[in-house]
Amino acid sequence: MRTVFSIPLVVAASVFLFLAAPGRAGAQTDCLACHSDAGIQDASGHSVGVDAPKFHSSIHGSLQCGDCHAAIKEYPHPDKVTPVQCETCHADEAAGLVGSVHASRAEHPCTSCHGDAHSIFPKSDPKSAVYPLNVPRTCGNCHGNGEMAKKHGLNNVYPLYLDSIHGFALSKEGLLVAANCQSCHGSHHILSHKDPASPTYKASVPKTCGNCHAGITADYMGGVHGKAVLAGKLDAPVCSDCHTAHAIEQPTASAFRMQSTPICGNCHKDKFSTYRDTFHSQLGSLGGYVETARCWDCHGAHEILPASDPRSPINKANLVQTCGRCHAGANLSFVQYQPHANARNRKLNPALYFIRLFMNLLLASVLSFFMIHTILWLIRSRYDQVKRRKAEGGKNA
Amino acid sequence: MPDMEQAAVASGEPAGAQERYFVRFTRAQRYMHAVLFTTFLGLAATGLPMRFSQSAWARRFASGVGGFGAIIFFHKLFAVILTLAFLIHVREIFQRALVRREKGIFWGPTSMVGNWKDVKDLFGHLRWMVGLGPKPQFERYAYWEKFDYWAVFWGMVVIGFSGYAMWFAPFFARFLPGWALNAVLVIHSEEGLLAILFIFSIHFVNTHLRPDSFPMDLVIFTGVESEEEFKTKRPMEYQRIASEGKLETRISHAPALWLTNFSKVVGTIAILIGLTLLVLTLSAYFGS
Repeated sequence: MRTVFSIPLVVAASVFLFLAAPGRAGAQTDCLACHSDAGIQDASGHSVGVDAPKFHSSIHGSLQCGDCHAAIKEYPHPDKVTPVQCETCHADEAAGLVGSVHASRAEHPCTSCHGDAHSIFPKSDPKSAVYPLNVPRTCGNCHGNGEMAKKHGLNNVYPLYLDSIHGFALSKEGLLVAANCQSCHGSHHILSHKDPASPTYKASVPKTCGNCHAGITADYMGGVHGKAVLAGKLDAPVCSDCHTAHAIEQPTASAFRMQSTPICGNCHKDKFSTYRDTFHSQLGSLGGYVETARCWDCHGAHEILPASDPRSPINKANLVQTCGRCHAGANLSFVQYQPHANARNRKLNPALYFIRLFMNLLLASVLSFFMIHTILWLIRSRYDQVKRRKAEGGKNA
Repeated sequence: MPDMEQAAVASGEPAGAQERYFVRFTRAQRYMHAVLFTTFLGLAATGLPMRFSQSAWARRFASGVGGFGAIIFFHKLFAVILTLAFLIHVREIFQRALVRREKGIFWGPTSMVGNWKDVKDLFGHLRWMVGLGPKPQFERYAYWEKFDYWAVFWGMVVIGFSGYAMWFAPFFARFLPGWALNAVLVIHSEEGLLAILFIFSIHFVNTHLRPDSFPMDLVIFTGVESEEEFKTKRPMEYQRIASEGKLETRISHAPALWLTNFSKVVGTIAILIGLTLLVLTLSAYFGS
């Protein structure tokens, strides 16, 4: 019978395996011999266990441990090892982080967004922390924390987003196209909205929103506000000035209609004040009555054009049609109504000014005369009453 | 007033023990006042939130009654009822003037139309208030009551017309210039404000809250007043009727207890609502 293994061959194989071992340090099987124990901890008490099946299914599952934990060359390895450097492979993402608001690696390690290092999934995978439907929750881990927001001088926008039309579309409808945090802010190279390079910088907002809302943005860019912003006049409103950035509501819903006119009024103060004097505003200010005209019902919302523009809904030639949308039967005389008449301005609205003056004088004179008349009468009647009761021997009052 | 005699005869209530009671207002007149003050309170309560739509109380009230749709609905409803009452009143005037040819409706002691005596009474009354003369002897309607009547009459025409012009703006625009549509809101709200301030302060005090009538003059509810009250408040009317020998035709009975109590409750509620609205109006007017 021939021996299958000669002694020298066994020795040679053992030596080969032994010598080869350092080069293969970090092979999954070797490391998992210890690290698959979920309870295993390092000297400072942090868990260093790895969920092997989960890791195998993750995007890095085919890598060897040593590919990332490159500092570990042999077993036993030191208690303290240098942290994993993701940028070894992910150089573009690391470059993006430079200069961003999350640039500090100590404060914002990759895992703070991508989750547990051993269960990272591609962003198209619903298990991924950066899967579109999971992004708000991932960002909310920090940004949903009021204390954290306060510390960094940020508005606590996470709850606002969740209740917004985008948040609802994402969380209730599961729409992958619904804007999540990174749709507007980007992912690795997130910049402050004060930074002109940021997609949330005021002048860039229309383009950012236009990534999805292309039609509206085109309308907006054709209107007075869009043209002003394009010309560098950043006092003009961009999308977020009217719709807000995070608490965006369905603009046709009554909640938005009820609160919306003051938004335009923030800048158009004189127009807002004269609007408030009108029936449109008086009716529209109170709970639940949403039908009366708001600013954009007449002026348009996105492609706002000056009255001189023949395409403007408030151009003289279009008024019958514009007013007629609510007021059936509106005619040329009807549309002479001034929705921003100022009864306090004699030059602009003389007829209205004098009518108001007359009414006020009437009110003041009638009331003052009868006020004096009544007070004198009261005093005299009381005087007589007291005198009479005294004479009758009763009490005074 | 022929109705007075009928009312006196028709009243079947038990007679008062000692005092005699005289009819002052017919049933129709009392109903007219009731319709007038309930719709007026309703119009004021629903109109003021619109006038002061920026006030917190206006918004709370609006949402409390079901939003602005409800407010405008009730405002229009009360307006239509009041308009009907106004038209019925105008029809009655025409009937009495043209059909029954009552001359007294436009002149004479029982007319609502002002006359020279009213001017003298006004100055005489003012002189009496400051202690410079005797108290004037008032007829059936004193000058301030005529003013109340004409203020309401003019107010209903002005407020009513401007209100309907807003309600049916496209229709009115067929024969009104465009700026008139701006003017009607100013007129409507200022005249409404005047009416509210006047009724809830001047009318309330002159007619109900002054010491001679405090806390309220029930005659507009019960229709009758005691002989003593009649004599003191309207001495000339009393003397005139007495000299004509017609006192008997006006004699009625003391109002039934239920009617007095009912009138007190309704009157108190109306006055309290009015005073509340007055305070809200003043706070909104001077607060804004």
